[in-house]
Amino acid sequence: MGKYALHRLLMALPVLLGTTFLIYLAVYALPGDPIQALAGPNRALSPSVEQALRERFHLDDPLLVQYGSYLKGLLSGDLGMSFAGRPVSEVIAASWPVTFQLGVTAWLFMTVLGVLLGTVAGLRRGRLADALVLGGTTVVMGVPFFVVAYVAQIVLGVNLGWLPVSGTDAGWPLAYVMPGLVLALYGLPQVARLTRTSVLDNLNADHVDTATAKGLRPRAVVVRHVLRNSLIPVVSLLGVSLGYLLSGTVLIEGIFNLPGLGYQIFTAIPQHDGPVVVGVGTLLVLVFLLVNLLVDLLYGILDPRIRLG
Amino acid sequence: MTRLESLPGYDAAAPLLAVSELRVRFGATTVVDGVGYEVDGGQTLAVLGESGSGKSVTARAIMGLVRPPRGAVTAGSARLRGVDLLTLAEEERRRLRGTTIAMVFQDALSALNPVLSVGYQIAELFRAHQGLSRKEAARRAVEVLDLVRIPSAARRARDYPHQFSGGMRQRVGIGLAIALNPQVIIADEPTTALDVTVQAQIIRLLGELQREHGTALVLITHDMGVVADIADRVAVMYAGRVVEQGAAAEVYARPAHPYTEALLGAIPRPELRGRRLAVIPGAPPDPGRPEPGCRFRPRCGYAGDACGQQPPAREIGPGRLTACHEWERVTTP
Repeated sequence: MGKYALHRLLMALPVLLGTTFLIYLAVYALPGDPIQALAGPNRALSPSVEQALRERFHLDDPLLVQYGSYLKGLLSGDLGMSFAGRPVSEVIAASWPVTFQLGVTAWLFMTVLGVLLGTVAGLRRGRLADALVLGGTTVVMGVPFFVVAYVAQIVLGVNLGWLPVSGTDAGWPLAYVMPGLVLALYGLPQVARLTRTSVLDNLNADHVDTATAKGLRPRAVVVRHVLRNSLIPVVSLLGVSLGYLLSGTVLIEGIFNLPGLGYQIFTAIPQHDGPVVVGVGTLLVLVFLLVNLLVDLLYGILDPRIRLG
Repeated sequence: MTRLESLPGYDAAAPLLAVSELRVRFGATTVVDGVGYEVDGGQTLAVLGESGSGKSVTARAIMGLVRPPRGAVTAGSARLRGVDLLTLAEEERRRLRGTTIAMVFQDALSALNPVLSVGYQIAELFRAHQGLSRKEAARRAVEVLDLVRIPSAARRARDYPHQFSGGMRQRVGIGLAIALNPQVIIADEPTTALDVTVQAQIIRLLGELQREHGTALVLITHDMGVVADIADRVAVMYAGRVVEQGAAAEVYARPAHPYTEALLGAIPRPELRGRRLAVIPGAPPDPGRPEPGCRFRPRCGYAGDACGQQPPAREIGPGRLTACHEWERVTTP
């Protein structure tokens, strides 16, 4: 398995190289002029200042030369400077914890609630609990989650005053409960429904009859022979979800005013701030790859039929 | 053993396993319609019949594996030395499973949990019923694998079901059944999923283990050869009922039900090479639309006027039963 992990890590290198180039290319190809964007609309910079900025950020060099010097910096651990004059590494260091806390909070909500609801629905098939879970997840899937976000802010934040409306001042966990819950709703229906289907499949499996015929307690039959097997496909969904949650939270970070990585990308793109977009984007890709590798390794442990290596 | 003795209805003189008038329904369909048979220690009862005759469902009902919403046992009894399993509290019944009555399933690949090691799955029995520690139970599991003759058992205990060959896997299945040395073992077509060469080994293993421990064995099969090899008694099932019962040798020599006779006629033999294999004309009745009278009537060459009435099981010799109005004509050559 160690060999397999190393192999996968090495495979990640060309993927990373490719994604950095693609993101770089995309920023380069953005319409409009970065210096003009930096100056703001309807304002002209003096030619000498403009020239100095262009030289500082190598904006007049051809794409490949720019990309080459960026990579060279990357190898020596230098992520470059943002147009606002902050090192990109500093931007990331400041905003990473916000995104991490938000993603993990949302993921925990999704995992605990999704698996719990799905399991209850599966074990009580056709009864009230099952109908509630199926109906509830349909409703959640149907409502756009920014609507849920604003309603939650008004009800939980303003009217009831239970949770902060926005911002990170309250710290973890309080400031992250509401955005985490709203973000979790996005993947919750899939997790709950996959768990339910998987539990149903396994309840009818022959090996569950064997476990019953062995005289195990009903609880042991359900936990060790139904749930244990049911969670295998759920784990891979949860893993992919964690990757998404840690990288794609732009909208929620915007609504709840959380200065995370998504927020940085969101503000950097209109400013043509290449170093920030590429740096943050690459980091998100890296996180996604690592999380997926961990999930694959875990999968091999949960299901011995999958031989890794 | 001590456990069984403390339960209501216990009678040391009663047969080890006695099923009587058992009825099982799946939805509105009666699939087992008044089945009865008995087995005692050291005996092998072969339950014969084609697919859908209700032989597996009877076994599953005895084990308590027929449960709502899929199906229900609606009448009858299944007694272990007089103790009726069907009226016992679920917790009492659970304690008897594995310890007093155990089952070997048809397809060991699907009957074993694919994500737990075979050692763990056997060890669960010792942990659940004898309260052994994880470590001690694992050690006993290796002994069981040794007992069912799995080479290098200690190492193989850590392997998973998919890493075993079909025959080795069924040995594990047998190991699960014999681990706690139960008094009754029900084997539900244990060799159907196996190669012919391996089938004989598995049957031999079952027979040996049964003789060593004096177990009562119910062997469900549709393989007449297997029956001739190891069965003491035979119960032939057709469309949810037992149509004939008796000592294996007697039933073979002188079948007293047209269905048994037809089954025996359908065995391929070397001297019949090149000729058309005898088949039983027609198809089994649809259990969803039962017709009055004998169920075998539409396919029977002996059918007469009396067959419009359902034939009762009548005793035609000691321990010899047939459910046929015309049995005398069947037995006269």
